[in-house]
Amino acid sequence: MSRFVYADNAATAKLSQTALDAMLPWLKEGYGNPSSVYRLGREARRALDGARDQVAAAIGAKPEEILFTGSGTEADNWAIRGLCEKLREKGRHIITSAIEHHAVSHTLEALEKQGFEVTYLSVDSCGRVSVEDVKAAIRPDTILITIMFANNEIGTIQPIAEIGAIAREHGIFFHTDAVQAAGHVPVDVGAMHIDLLALSAHKFGGPKGVGALYVRKGIKLPSFITGGGQEKGRRAGTENVAGIVGMAAALTEAVAHMDENRAKVEALRDKLIAGMLQIPAVRLTGDPVNRLPGNASFVVECVEGEAMILMLDAQGIAASSGSACSSGALDPSHVLLAIGLPHEHAHGSVRFSLGEANTEADVDYILEKMPPIAAKLRAMSPLWEERADD
Amino acid sequence: MYSEKVMDHFANPRNVGELEGANAIGQVGNPKCGDIMKIYMRIEDDVIQDVSFKTFGCGAAIATSSISTEMVKGKTIQEALAVSNKAVTEALDGLPQEKVHCSVLAEAGIRSAIADYYERQGIDPTPIVGCGYDCESCHGH
Repeated sequence: MSRFVYADNAATAKLSQTALDAMLPWLKEGYGNPSSVYRLGREARRALDGARDQVAAAIGAKPEEILFTGSGTEADNWAIRGLCEKLREKGRHIITSAIEHHAVSHTLEALEKQGFEVTYLSVDSCGRVSVEDVKAAIRPDTILITIMFANNEIGTIQPIAEIGAIAREHGIFFHTDAVQAAGHVPVDVGAMHIDLLALSAHKFGGPKGVGALYVRKGIKLPSFITGGGQEKGRRAGTENVAGIVGMAAALTEAVAHMDENRAKVEALRDKLIAGMLQIPAVRLTGDPVNRLPGNASFVVECVEGEAMILMLDAQGIAASSGSACSSGALDPSHVLLAIGLPHEHAHGSVRFSLGEANTEADVDYILEKMPPIAAKLRAMSPLWEERADD
Repeated sequence: MYSEKVMDHFANPRNVGELEGANAIGQVGNPKCGDIMKIYMRIEDDVIQDVSFKTFGCGAAIATSSISTEMVKGKTIQEALAVSNKAVTEALDGLPQEKVHCSVLAEAGIRSAIADYYERQGIDPTPIVGCGYDCESCHGH
């Protein structure tokens, strides 16, 4: 294999050198338990405190508003389940979108079985939630609005500040899954009226297995894991010190360089989009303007997504697909169906997600390999033959 | 997740394309399900002299289509009808559980082409090949 192009940064990003350097001392000599009173423990405690300050600063929060978790999914679960448990006597209605990540949508489905009612707001063909729809869905018993910051498949960024303002105005808690957004686009929990926010370290150059939940001061979530006194006794278990320190270092670095990274990655993304759209019967999915800097997602008509992914892999290109066959499900992605794609097109999705490490040569390489892959698969596709006959 | 055999048949599919002089053409699956197999045969003296396919689908769908054409080429109609989805799966050294439905598609494709062969001669294929493949609900299991 002559070349390797990693274009699946939305699945996971490479650990940044800064994060690795920050982590190593806590995997080696700094092995103390942060709950221990002696020097080794106190040092680990100080590292955790410093990481909490850094994560808070990156999203405009206060350190005491940050809780560390084992993943973004865990943070989503804790926020939603915790709030519903706390407020179930006050109301049982939740508003969400039709395109949430499964960390949110499957959690809501579980709550529906426990007597909660969920309104799933539809999205437009670009994947945008309408602020008016949010307003119209509010009921006297609505306790939570949960809308993702940016979509993992199609990259669409939601009008979070506007939705937050409406939620605040109505006294309803607002949670956002910011796993794809944090470290890539500006996130300000104060200005955006966000009450709860989930993020995940490995999406912005931190290690896997660590995330964070922001909980606005004054909201007391029930304990998620019982045991010792870690995370104010609400998420027991000895802290992943090195992981947390790595997350904080990666996030701080990402935020410090956000403008330049964004400009660079967006230019690569736009070149990739322009080139992909030269292939016949290829369309961009997601919002052409309000989209994540690195997300270039498409539907390639008359071919199946997993087949494309395997052929790209054979050329050394790592990308992904929301198609059913790549996930083992029979139905294609709920996101692609929600933006109004017919089933047969939704099966042909391919997502490239670029990062700071990608180069123009990477994009050129993808654009060199993609047309023959589409052509080869179409040559053996009865759907393409039918389309050509039309 | 895929065996080497699956990857080989996916990357280098055998007998791809339309077949000149085909006298039996079957098509199974539908775009909603995410896979469609079209299979062409030239049958003479009850023997499948030549066979080819076109498939829209995932890696496993293309690989099962490819190997199933190899499994029926040169075989009699009766032998071809005996090719089961299990045999197709085994010939590929197994498929991941969620991909087994693709082997059902291949088996159904063979039956569908043979049914077409009989229909073209005005013979009701149902007693010979069964009622064929049904994709009312995706992959009907």
